[in-house]
Amino acid sequence: MKKRWKDLGYVAVLVLIVVPFIFPFFWMLLSSFKEQAQIIATPPRLIFTPTLAHYKEVFQQYAFGHFIFNSLITSVGATFFSLLLGLPAAYAIARYRRNALALTILVARIVPGITFLIPWFILFSRLHLVDTYTSIILSHMLVGMPFIIWIMVPFFEALPKELEEASMVDGTTRQGAFFRILLPLTGPGVLTSSILSFVFSWNNFMFAVVLTGARTRTLPIAIFNFLSYSEINWGGLMAAAVIITIPILVVALIAQKYIVQGLTAGAVKG
Amino acid sequence: MNGWVEKHLRHIFTLPAVLFILVMMVFPIIYTLRLSLTDWSMSSQTAPLWVGIKNYAALFTQDPRFVGAVWRTIYFTVMAVAVETVLGVGIALVLNRDFPGKNLIKTIFLLPMVATPVAIGMVWLLIYEPTIGFANYFLRVLHLRPLLWIASPQQALPALALVDVWQWTPMITLITLAGLTSLPKDPYEASLVDGASPWQRMWRITLPLLRPTIVAAVTLRSIDALKTFDIIYTMTQGGPGYASETLNIYSFVLGFQYFQMGMASSLLMIFFALVLGAAIMLNWARRPVQV
Repeated sequence: MKKRWKDLGYVAVLVLIVVPFIFPFFWMLLSSFKEQAQIIATPPRLIFTPTLAHYKEVFQQYAFGHFIFNSLITSVGATFFSLLLGLPAAYAIARYRRNALALTILVARIVPGITFLIPWFILFSRLHLVDTYTSIILSHMLVGMPFIIWIMVPFFEALPKELEEASMVDGTTRQGAFFRILLPLTGPGVLTSSILSFVFSWNNFMFAVVLTGARTRTLPIAIFNFLSYSEINWGGLMAAAVIITIPILVVALIAQKYIVQGLTAGAVKG
Repeated sequence: MNGWVEKHLRHIFTLPAVLFILVMMVFPIIYTLRLSLTDWSMSSQTAPLWVGIKNYAALFTQDPRFVGAVWRTIYFTVMAVAVETVLGVGIALVLNRDFPGKNLIKTIFLLPMVATPVAIGMVWLLIYEPTIGFANYFLRVLHLRPLLWIASPQQALPALALVDVWQWTPMITLITLAGLTSLPKDPYEASLVDGASPWQRMWRITLPLLRPTIVAAVTLRSIDALKTFDIIYTMTQGGPGYASETLNIYSFVLGFQYFQMGMASSLLMIFFALVLGAAIMLNWARRPVQV
């Protein structure tokens, strides 16, 4: 009997811990289905007739389809090119001890982003590359590529050298062994780092606010622009917030285990 | 051809990444350093004017906005990271046992960290709204005085730190949980023989053994908290007045609203030194201790 009470107490503590972390998401979702009058009503209403009007508004009035497209191009592009540059580099660091390269990866994390943004903005303005996918993808790669290298080096280090050597005896070149044998074996690492690189790019605000314009504006900037109207359209704002958050939440739910490993990499033991 | 590639593989594999780093990282850092010694408003007619260390001197002696931003940055970071560490480690110790649904809780903890910061900022804007927001409704239910939150110069920075705590406490918790699973068993067995209480075990064994993990988590968090941008910029833009203007916000305003590229660059160099200093100091505290 005493144990039952103890278990119940533990469950209560768990609920108390978890609820504050979910509540803002719940509130965002709830408010996105409310009419403006219900949002500004006090005390807040929990029971109301839901409306989809704000979602319609966001797509028709604010052209969110276009911003979703821009965000997808940017995030997929930045992740793809980060992998293209980062995976071979990570392999070289692991096998040939290119430590100077590894050091610069840490620098990318410590230097404030605006230090890069000022020269980029000057350079891209001269080259007429502001408001193009090129400049925004290049800027997002600065976050994605170092991260991919950071995650992948230990994965390649963990693979025995005999793997390449055995396949090279069979007549495969080292680069052939890298693509056909090593990459498939490090699949979980590639998956983790790609997912997180995609998330960083999808969420990025600071680089995009300077480097995008009417043509390439991404979702975070489009949402922020809601605030420039004199009266805040809370319902529309929350619907937009739901739209940008949902893909991230879905990815997080599916790849939970990998993301925890990726985000906490290097802190334990390292 | 294949043989040539194979012979020079170490260079071929690193060259693209090295080129990218040179063009997108090393060159910009040097360029900003140079720009920090000039006066330039990004005009194409006039070239940057060499002024030496005048910008640095001006920031420290003639710019109360800069000095204020330094203190606000430190205040925000210490406040946010301290709360996150105590809460994060505490929650990890509570969660550190097997129970059904543990993975679900870990997944929930992931959400604040990966959700888009701008979207989070917008939701907290609605929650903090003084008249219609949930925060004040909650205070009224508890018969407490409603607050102005980010609309008040005194409360803005703590309110923003609270959002940071919401976002990043889970990171400390997840890192600590990972650290807890890798602790050695022997000290615990020995302590059982000696008849130590659970409380003693936590303070004398668990926490000292966890110290390197916790310090690593605090280091990562401090570096990022010093550089917090999205939440502050989207929620208050540094306001009301300059009440929540941290170094990152002020450098952005100097560079991209006033186009004072020289002054902004000097500020960024000082800011970089501050972040680097914090990282080195915390790394020094990381040495493990004997139990």
